[in-house]
Order: sequence, then structure tokens, then C-alpha cells
Amino acid sequence: MRLLEFQGKELFSQYGISVPAASLVNSRDEAIQAAANLGYPVVLKSQLTVGGRGKAGAILKCKNASELLPKFDDLINKEVKGELPRGILVEEVVDIKNELYLSFFLNRSRRCYSLIASADGGIEIESVDNKVIFDIPLEGLSPEIAEGAARKLGLKGITPTAFVDFTIKLSKLVMEEEAELAEVNPIAMLSDGSLMALDAKVIIDDNAMFRHAELKKYEHISELEEQAGKSGFSLVELDGNIAIIGNGAGLVMSTVDMVTDAGGKAGCFLDFGGGATTETIYEALTVISKIRRIRGILVNLFGGIVKTNLVAQAILDAYKNNLIDVSLFARITGAESEKAKAMLAGSQAKLYDTVEEAIHEVVNQVS
Amino acid sequence: MDQEYDIFELLVGRDEDEDYKKKPVIIQGITGSFGSTHSRLMTAYGTNIVAGVTPGKGGQTFEGIPVFDNMAEAVKSTGAKISGMFVPAPFFLNAAKDALDSGIKLLVAVPEHVPIRDSIKVLEYAKTKGAKMVGPNTPGVIVPQVMKVGIMPAQPFKAGDTVVFSRSGTLMYEVSFNLTKSGFGQRLCFGIGGDPINGTNLIEAFNMIRNKDDVRSVVVVGEIGGDAEELLADYLIETRFPKAVVAYIAGRAAPKEKRMGHAGAIVYGNYGSAESKFMKFEKAGVPVAKRPAEVPKLLAQKLRLQAE
Repeated sequence: MRLLEFQGKELFSQYGISVPAASLVNSRDEAIQAAANLGYPVVLKSQLTVGGRGKAGAILKCKNASELLPKFDDLINKEVKGELPRGILVEEVVDIKNELYLSFFLNRSRRCYSLIASADGGIEIESVDNKVIFDIPLEGLSPEIAEGAARKLGLKGITPTAFVDFTIKLSKLVMEEEAELAEVNPIAMLSDGSLMALDAKVIIDDNAMFRHAELKKYEHISELEEQAGKSGFSLVELDGNIAIIGNGAGLVMSTVDMVTDAGGKAGCFLDFGGGATTETIYEALTVISKIRRIRGILVNLFGGIVKTNLVAQAILDAYKNNLIDVSLFARITGAESEKAKAMLAGSQAKLYDTVEEAIHEVVNQVS
Repeated sequence: MDQEYDIFELLVGRDEDEDYKKKPVIIQGITGSFGSTHSRLMTAYGTNIVAGVTPGKGGQTFEGIPVFDNMAEAVKSTGAKISGMFVPAPFFLNAAKDALDSGIKLLVAVPEHVPIRDSIKVLEYAKTKGAKMVGPNTPGVIVPQVMKVGIMPAQPFKAGDTVVFSRSGTLMYEVSFNLTKSGFGQRLCFGIGGDPINGTNLIEAFNMIRNKDDVRSVVVVGEIGGDAEELLADYLIETRFPKAVVAYIAGRAAPKEKRMGHAGAIVYGNYGSAESKFMKFEKAGVPVAKRPAEVPKLLAQKLRLQAE
């Protein structure tokens, strides 16, 4: 789960990491009130989960009250990479002497957490040469490692102490809240040498959410995703018109690739997991039926243990109950596939022996 | 590399072993709906399941297999070194510790949705016990026509001299089925797992088979997310890997920053992208199939080229 900036900063505050004064607003009135309370200048920041907000013009500075409403109106309606903001953060502008970069992330290849820090903050870390990387044990960052990092970064004055304090607090957050990533870019070094988090990018391990009831309030999923999740499905909505259903994330990804190669556009990715029964397939079709743009359904099911006649029954039921009205093309390996083919004869659904044939047909049908 | 282990010795043993091809296996979670279904299928395939563990159900039997309350008792009475784990993800950490404390040397961790922190903890603990883990979020491992520990169906697999390592379950079946149809049987099919953290990663997996005379070729089924394929490509180049390798990678049409079903299948910027993996494999001379059905064709070409 990727937290919005204001949510990440709420967590930072709980862990004693200093952040600028700010309020989250959703209306013009709230924006006027928040800016007046903070005092101008203020900065307006779109609350989005996608990256690259600065470049996309989703962070705007307001020198005075006359700039506020036009800029607020601009941001609140502005989609960035297909996403509308979930509120605007109105934040005080702080006086920055210098910027640092800090992140804790799950290091997949080293199978541990790692820290990256740099004295060059505010830009993309990939393009920074001057950075330090350390592995962090599950117990969290020790003061010794943090001090070593501060030395390597060449921090001066009270900043090394502030840096050690900041990183230890962030490390505690990462370990306790089970974050996959906590990135602060930039950390502002203020004129007195103290440090403040100007941004917050925090991703929580979805699989650990059962231990973090307190983070539930940050969850933001569509009704459709919620329904899919309750059935144990993985759903990713895409912008095309062909629904792609299958058993297994890899298989469905692979099918999306092949549909794209064939000139089709996937409208959703739905992995209904192991164990295809009449009920699970019917549930999957129920989810699909709620996505309006879908013009064709492609089922790719690699069975073995699956009885394909059970799948065919679900498809027939879905048509009979007017759950779906678009054509369905399926490739289903498994037992009883001849029986399944006979069952579907005369319906809007057709079974194919290879996924390539099914893809060819569905792409032809929708275009 | 301290991660090296001999998967065949653990799963099958040596000719001279009394229990050659009959290595005892314990199933944790044997009485659950998932565990029981697959225990029946594994037994039917030839796996020697000697015990099951379900806390609170000790003393019962499942299809004639004794059920114990904990791993200590199950291991003590059977001497098994392998555990097939079918416990729900929230119980995975404790179940794995129980197994490792009892002398299990190979954990086949089937559950999906294990918290990352728990996977790392188990991995670190396993290291102190000289034990290995496959998964989590793995379909398991199969030595075709000998035994399997996991949830894969039997029908896609046939004995032979190709090895399949896969980050995805169903794609492992799909690719293996295509190989089987084209006459490439498999010596081993091994589910690396769909999580960001893998108990046995691709490089360790390749190390297990690099010196096996009865393995002629390797198919790696990768997907978007992380840099396991990129690091594998470097390893293949640096160590001059001696066998034919071909690959398939799923997810090139997936949008960035979206988790595609697997916890590990997510692209950030260029990190984890399919393009990055294609490029590295190209450098390493590993042909990448555009779709699963193309894998056998590329493998045949690669073997022909190597023979020349």
C-alpha cells in the first residue's frame, strides 16, 4: 500500500520526525482557511500515489492570497498519469539551507533492508553519484551505522547529530510499520542545522496489514478491487476493452502481453488463483460485469486438476442470469474439455485448444 | 558461495540410500482443505509423506498418515528432513521456526501473502540451522515421475534432462507442458516464488544444477519486478555457465507501479522492467521467448547452436 504524502507525514510525526506545518484540504473554503492560518507563502501539493508530481506541475507555490484559488482549482481537477488527487496539502514554505536524500528500502537481491543517503537531495537518486548504501538488520539501524553514514556524507555542525536522530527514527518506523520503502526526498536542512522531512514516500507491505489495524484508515481501494479482494482474486484495472481472466498471476500477465502483441487492449487483469470451481468463475465474471468498457472476455485457464465442465457451467449460468452479454473466448486445459465444448455450443462462449487462437478471436471481435 | 545445496540429494537421494526416491516428507497443515487435497495428490504421484502436523490434531490420522501436534514429534518419529508447508500465511513464521528447530533441512513454503519481514526472519534463522527454503509463494518442486512437494498438477511434467526455474506457478506448468509436448522432458521443475524475497533465488538455483551431468538445458521463467533476472544474466556471463539457457519473461505489457498479482511483480521506473531483463539476457546470449509456446523452439535452436 502506497501512502499519500500527508499520510506518510502523519506517520513521520508519530515517530518524532519533524515535518512542515500543513493541512489537507478538499475545497476552496478549506484552502483559504488553511493558507490564512499558515501565512503566505504556502505550497499546494496534489495528493497522488504516482511519482513525478513536481515535473507534472502538481506542486505549486502561492506567494499570496490572489494566487491561491486559481492554483487550487488547477490542481484539484488535474489528472496525473490517470490519477486524480485525493486532496491538496497546503503547506508552509520553509527556509532551506541545503537538501539531503534518505531512504530505507527492501533490498530484494540482498534479501534485507538497506539505507541509501546522499547529501544531494531533491533530485532523482539514480542520477546521484555521491551516496552511501548500508544494509540494515531487522532489529533496525544502530547509532554506529547512522554515525558512519553522517561522516561519509560530510555533514557539519549540529547536522550529523540531527541526521543520526532522523535516520534512527525513520528506521524504527520502517521496522515497526513493516514498510517496503520509506523515502524522504528531500530532507531540508534548515538554517539552524536541524532537519525536516519535506516529502514522504512510504509503501507498507500489503501482506503485513493483518498486523496493522491502525493503518487500515489509509487504505484506498475501489469498490471493485474490494469485491475482488474478498473473493481472494487479484484485480488490476487497465484501460482497454478486453477482460483477461486466468488462474495465476504469471499466466494472466503473459496473456495480457500476448493480447497486446495481437493488437488488442487489456481492460483488466484478473487472477482468480488456484482451485477453479463453478462458484469462483461465476464470481470472477461478476466482477468483470461491473467494468463498463469491457467488450470481450478472454479466459486462460491452465488446469490439470480443474474440471473444465465446472467452468463451462459457470459461464452458462452467467449468460442465463444476464450477468454478462459480451462474447467470451476461452482456452481451458484440464479434464472433461470435450464435455465443456459441447456444453458451450450455441452460446456466446467458445472454447479453443490454444490461447493463441482464443486471443486471435477476441481481438477480432472487439476491434 | 555458502548458499549452495544439492536439491536432488535432499529430494531424491543417492542410488545407495535405503530410501532412494522415497525420502520422507512431512506436510505442515495436512488437515486443512488445501493441505489435504494436495497431500492426496502428492502421495498418488509417489511422494513419501510420512507424517502431517496440525496443532491440536495430534494422534489422528489422515489417509493412514499419522498427524502430530508439532514438528518436534513428527520429525522425531519419522526422521524426515523435508517439510511441505501448507499453513496460512499469518502462521508461517511460527510453523517454519518449529520445523527448523526440529531438524528440517528443506522448507517448501507454499503459502502466498507471507509478510516480507517474516520471510527474511525465516531465511536468517534457516541459515543458522544449515537449512534451505524454497518460496514462499511457490508452487513447490517436482522431480517428474519421481516425486513432488507442492501444488502443481502432474500432467504437464515428464522426466527428461531440462530444468525449469520459475517465478510463477501456472507459467511453470504452461512452459513445462510446452516442453513436454515438444519432447523436452524435465529433470526438475522448481518454483522460485512470486514474492520479492525468495528463499532460493535464481542464482542459487542455477548453482544447484550447474555441475549436474544429467541436466542438459535450463529454462528460466521470469517476470517483471526486481533484478533477479539481471543478476542471473551477470552470473551466467561471469561464471561461463556451461549449459544451454533460454528464458521467458511475463509482464512486458504491464503498467508501471502496479502490482500484477504477485507481490514481487511491480516495476518502479526502469527497475524491474521487462526491457531491462531482455537487454541483460541478450548480453548473456540467452534467447527470450515472446510467448510460452515459443520456448521449446528457442531451446531446440540453442541446443543445435551449442552442438555446432
